[in-house]
Amino acid sequence: MKDLTFGTLIAVFEEIFGRGLFWAMIIGAAFVTIAYLYVLIRDRAISWRRFLLAQLSMPFGAALAVWFVLVMTHSRVSDLGGPIDLIVFLGVAVAGAIGCAILVYTIHSLIKRPSSSE
Amino acid sequence: MHHPFSTRRQFLGLLAGGTAVATLGGAEDARASTRTKARIVIIGAGAGGTALANRLVRRLEGAQITLIDPRIQHFYQPGLTLVAAGLKPASYVTSPTRDWLPRGISLIAEKAAAIDPVAKTVSTDSGQSLDYDFLVVAPGLVLDHDAIEGFSLDMVGTKGIGALYAGPEYAAKTWQAASQFTQVGGLGVFTRPATEMKCAGAPLKHTFLIDDIARRAGNSGKTKIHYAAPQGALFSVPIVAEKVRMLFDERGIASHSHHTLKAIDAEAKRATFATAEGTTQIDYDYLHVIPPQRAPEVIRQSGLSWADKWTDQGWVECDKHSLRHLRYPEIWALGDVAGVPKGKTAASVKWQVPVVEDGLVSAIEGKVPTETYNGYTSCPMITQVGRAMLVEFDYDNNLLPSFPGLIAPLEELWISWLMKEVALKATYNAMLRGRA
Repeated sequence: MKDLTFGTLIAVFEEIFGRGLFWAMIIGAAFVTIAYLYVLIRDRAISWRRFLLAQLSMPFGAALAVWFVLVMTHSRVSDLGGPIDLIVFLGVAVAGAIGCAILVYTIHSLIKRPSSSE
Repeated sequence: MHHPFSTRRQFLGLLAGGTAVATLGGAEDARASTRTKARIVIIGAGAGGTALANRLVRRLEGAQITLIDPRIQHFYQPGLTLVAAGLKPASYVTSPTRDWLPRGISLIAEKAAAIDPVAKTVSTDSGQSLDYDFLVVAPGLVLDHDAIEGFSLDMVGTKGIGALYAGPEYAAKTWQAASQFTQVGGLGVFTRPATEMKCAGAPLKHTFLIDDIARRAGNSGKTKIHYAAPQGALFSVPIVAEKVRMLFDERGIASHSHHTLKAIDAEAKRATFATAEGTTQIDYDYLHVIPPQRAPEVIRQSGLSWADKWTDQGWVECDKHSLRHLRYPEIWALGDVAGVPKGKTAASVKWQVPVVEDGLVSAIEGKVPTETYNGYTSCPMITQVGRAMLVEFDYDNNLLPSFPGLIAPLEELWISWLMKEVALKATYNAMLRGRA
């Protein structure tokens, strides 16, 4: 690959998803992240009860992300051929799990304000 | 209670950061452009011509850039192997040529009929004549189907015949014939021409994919796969050839070297090959035809070709590092038509375009060009659905891995497949727009 710069990467991702969808996803991810930071700052503490619920959603997020990638790329788990494949595969799962946990925690926190017992 | 407005500064900060990230992509556009009145003609609006036009528009102010190409549709040719394996529809590889072209250039939707490198003119088939100061020849190549006796394109998709190079529709028809073979079984014969060719990995990819699809359908017991090629080795890079030989052994694919497809009898399903000893015939159930490939007629008749090399093919005589014509310094060759030892792939075009751009802009500015082409070619060699080897090499058959230590070039990997399936077309499109 020639000149793998940040600009090239952005251009490639724009082409993969289409410019509109790519930036919509970036804005969506940024929005969830900001909302997450907002509830953390607003509550000035992590609600461990909500965090537990969010953790329970992690395996689903991991499975969903892996399923999405495998289906979109005509692949099967048995196609993993080397260490880098395993790293990418686990990376997809971890990203899905963390993304899902943040999403669940944020939505839960936005819907329900912390009660005094929490 | 913590007021949400106190986070507004953070929010604005984040927005500013986001904007900075977004503008980074356009940083290279800010490079100072050169003022010129040069008349630049580019023959061909394929991968090379389009990418170069997009880059030149940004580098030159006032230049008169004209593209000559009659093709209404642009083909993303690296996708043809996927279409011919039923993994993508024919529409995956097509898009309107005009969609990729920058503003401020002219497109003449005609065929270049003649080039006069002494008078510096190009004429089109309607008789229009264009004077140029600089000329880039990037018309691609032509498939010489007539060279195979008994074969015609209307046979593709029927009678067990495939020919994926012929274009998106034919690649889709190739899949019709190939998929039937993977179900019914029999003997599949996969060929390669004796001439230079586009992406020498594609004949192997098609072989591997059809073998794998038959295997997955549970029909490997009733299919036999034979690979027949004029060359002595399975791939031009020795270390890759050995790896392919091992994979062929592992999968039970038989190979026949020094076999050049000369004729077919479609009714009898019989292919005739020229061999070192004479001729031999093979009865097939599926035959994949790749015809000899040559420079377009207009190149061969304009006196731009090598006189002592590839005389039956007519590739443009140019320096293999600068791609500049050896006799006419205001002419460059780009892409398939260039008479260089390797490099008839989209990946090569990606590396060649900045070299031609630099050569041309330097010539206008009266400077010495600095970019050179080392023969880089890349081939995500698909070895089964879901796995590929990311083979990259140069003129000297050295492997040039883009991600050394991470993605091993001779290892069958899922990540290399992902690159071919997901990232390659995107990178290609970014290249067309002159952004990669």
